[in-house]
Amino acid sequence: MSSVYNCPVISCTMLNCTCADIRVFAPEICGEAVPGQFVHIKCDGLTLRRPISICDVDGAVLRLIVDSRGKGTEWLVSRKKGDILDILGPLGHGFDCSGESILVVGGGIGVPPLLYAAKKASDSCAVIGFRSEDQAILLGDFSQACRAIHIATDDGSLGHKGFVDHLARLKLESEHFDRVLACGPTPMLRSVAKVCEEMNVPLQVSLEERMGCGVGACLVCACKTKADNEEGFVHSHVCKDGPVFDANEVIWE
Amino acid sequence: MTGIDMKVNIAGVELKNPVAVASGTFGFGHEYNNFYSLNELGAICVKGLTVKRREGNPPPRIAETPAGILNSVGLQNPGVDSFIANDMPFLREFDIKIIANISGNTIDEYCEMAEKVSAAGVDMIELNISCPNVKAGGMAVGTSCNMAAEVTSAVKSHSSVPLMVKLSPNVTDITEIAKSVEDAGADALSLINTILGMRIDIKSRRPIIKNNMGGLSGPAVFPVAVRMIWQVSNAVKLPILGMGGVSSGEDAVEMMLAGASAVAVGTACFADPFAPIKVRDGINSYLVENSIPAASNLTHGVLPW
Repeated sequence: MSSVYNCPVISCTMLNCTCADIRVFAPEICGEAVPGQFVHIKCDGLTLRRPISICDVDGAVLRLIVDSRGKGTEWLVSRKKGDILDILGPLGHGFDCSGESILVVGGGIGVPPLLYAAKKASDSCAVIGFRSEDQAILLGDFSQACRAIHIATDDGSLGHKGFVDHLARLKLESEHFDRVLACGPTPMLRSVAKVCEEMNVPLQVSLEERMGCGVGACLVCACKTKADNEEGFVHSHVCKDGPVFDANEVIWE
Repeated sequence: MTGIDMKVNIAGVELKNPVAVASGTFGFGHEYNNFYSLNELGAICVKGLTVKRREGNPPPRIAETPAGILNSVGLQNPGVDSFIANDMPFLREFDIKIIANISGNTIDEYCEMAEKVSAAGVDMIELNISCPNVKAGGMAVGTSCNMAAEVTSAVKSHSSVPLMVKLSPNVTDITEIAKSVEDAGADALSLINTILGMRIDIKSRRPIIKNNMGGLSGPAVFPVAVRMIWQVSNAVKLPILGMGGVSSGEDAVEMMLAGASAVAVGTACFADPFAPIKVRDGINSYLVENSIPAASNLTHGVLPW
């Protein structure tokens, strides 16, 4: 059962200009976490916790990749070894990693949560994209976890020049995958959903929305999902119903 | 605990301790019951109910502010019938007072819901005439003395449990509204609802909240809440459930000294799911340290200059 834990920071190192690789000692959370779930972290002086996806679990060590984008995440990336983080988790519904072969497709800060999923799958390939080479993260980790990895950058400074949906299409045309798992910016997810629909491959996507409580009580992090009612939709909630949804449930806006 | 009497009474409804959880921050209790038993709490003000299911406002629905948040959920809820069928049985398993928060588009809708939740066995009704995030009903009712009185009086005649009216802080003089609803037959008051606010992303020039404006809550509103509770408790005789930025036992004591009989914890749960328990224990510690035998002794105990 998820709860609040005080977790000591084991290490906090920068992976590029803005992203930190934070490892914390969190035996309870690690014992329960499934790929695609997230934790909600208290940041000094702020009312709202910050939702951070689980990148990896190694024994009792929880690994989180945090991109510094505002007050809360700036505070998080500046943590030092021995600092204590107040972490609520694990939260939400994760990825289904079952099946013989999984393709993970990630973009930018959407890449980290796919690492634990790729590791849990019996066989996985990865298509991951970044703005440029200097933004690329976790390449070595995905190389170890996956049978093959394919990289795209917007500016062509590393790997394929262009977007991950193109690489995903090539990959799906060349071999069979039981399922695609995707995380990244909404336009990327929408493109990947189109590819998977055309190729008739099941897709799970991890969504993001501004969040409050993190546990499904405040109903703030709404996203539209299909429903058999007058409006044709309901507002599901990323924190409790997601963050991972079957792509065919999601209404893209 | 330690011989201190934590019981409080609001309009004949006895709470075993003076800590409730505020409507809209705690759902119907299912989620936080995974962290601790709802039996720990004095009362739960459930998520605002409407006659029919509502999907609420489009996201984003939240923005952080200095010492608080803005929200505009827009009363997303499954409808009163679903609440009675699916959530009341769960809530009744606990030794906790159930306060049904109801919102209508029309007086008839308010009355229909009051009858239904009364019959379903809630302990109290919280009349929501102060939601800033919906177009019909809501704050438009709660900022007019005549409309507030009209709804209160109508709903009172359709309720078989005590009626508590939730007041909006978005008014020039909250005591005028308080007096109007007291005269109209309200049994208790809850205050404050959120304060209308706005944040803008200066890069995109877009409001952060899709509904442009939202309701401010959290520690930022606490002094406003304390002031309004003090003013209202000086103006009317009704018991008050105080709310607005309570995040510690000290806050709760302060709000009770201002005039509240009990407090509701809301936004504080987002930072700490255990906040209501800590608030309760904090009140108890204060009472012990100051040799005050009962929580109810705090109410309106302020010594104004």
